[in-house]
Amino acid sequence: MIHVTRRAEFSASHYYHNPELSAEENRRIFGKCNNPHGHGHNYTLEVTVAGEVDPTTGMVLDLKDLKKLLEDEVLELMDHKFLNKEVPVFATKIPTTENIAVEIWKLIASKLSFGKLHRIRLYETPDLFVDYYGE
Amino acid sequence: MVYLTRRYRFSAAHRLHNDALSAEENARIYGKCNNPHGHGHNYVLDVTVAGPIDPATGMVYDLARLDRAVQAEVIERFDETNLNLDVENFQTRVPTTENICMEIFKLLRPHVDGSEGSAGARLNRVRLEETSSNFIEYQSVG
Repeated sequence: MIHVTRRAEFSASHYYHNPELSAEENRRIFGKCNNPHGHGHNYTLEVTVAGEVDPTTGMVLDLKDLKKLLEDEVLELMDHKFLNKEVPVFATKIPTTENIAVEIWKLIASKLSFGKLHRIRLYETPDLFVDYYGE
Repeated sequence: MVYLTRRYRFSAAHRLHNDALSAEENARIYGKCNNPHGHGHNYVLDVTVAGPIDPATGMVYDLARLDRAVQAEVIERFDETNLNLDVENFQTRVPTTENICMEIFKLLRPHVDGSEGSAGARLNRVRLEETSSNFIEYQSVG
């Protein structure tokens, strides 16, 4: 078993707000991330696929296919978008790095026709990242 | 158990091509990596050793010993070479990042596992970055 990771970058804006909480509670919990005008990040996504090396090709998968899947399923949906307003799932779910990572797992896992999705790692900044293993 | 990772770098040329396949199949599978003249990468190699901390030294593994093993087995063998033409390990195996990664694991393991002064340290993982956008990890099982 070997793990192959492909990295992709996208930029998006978001803000953290739970309509079920009061304005004061939202400010207390989310601090400056609660600014309704939103703010942006350059996200770095690392998608790791687990599989066996094909003895004929020496490869687990064709990296071009993985790159295209990330472009079609993730970047197309999220790159240069205001996540709360333009990505339907985040109309009702707060687009925290945690929730975005879980959402990306859901977008990718079922469409992967090679290997098995092992991990989604999403960096919000170089100092902060979330790992999701599907459970 | 503590995990210690040391980073190394080497540069090499390669061509992805399998003689057992037709020219068309090679071109389809490997795309521009099948260019017969080859192309190069700056590889970044992370070697992870796992083990208990030796109470006498406060260390998991002697980094100088690891450096010597990587220098002798990996850097001298692979750095500034054409992997297909110059390295025996890839005469019959396509030098994909996957295969290079597994080969490095095989080359280094005997130097770490059970070596003198290892205090129970084991080679845990080899991680090889081909470009800043993709890397391969091969991990010891058990």
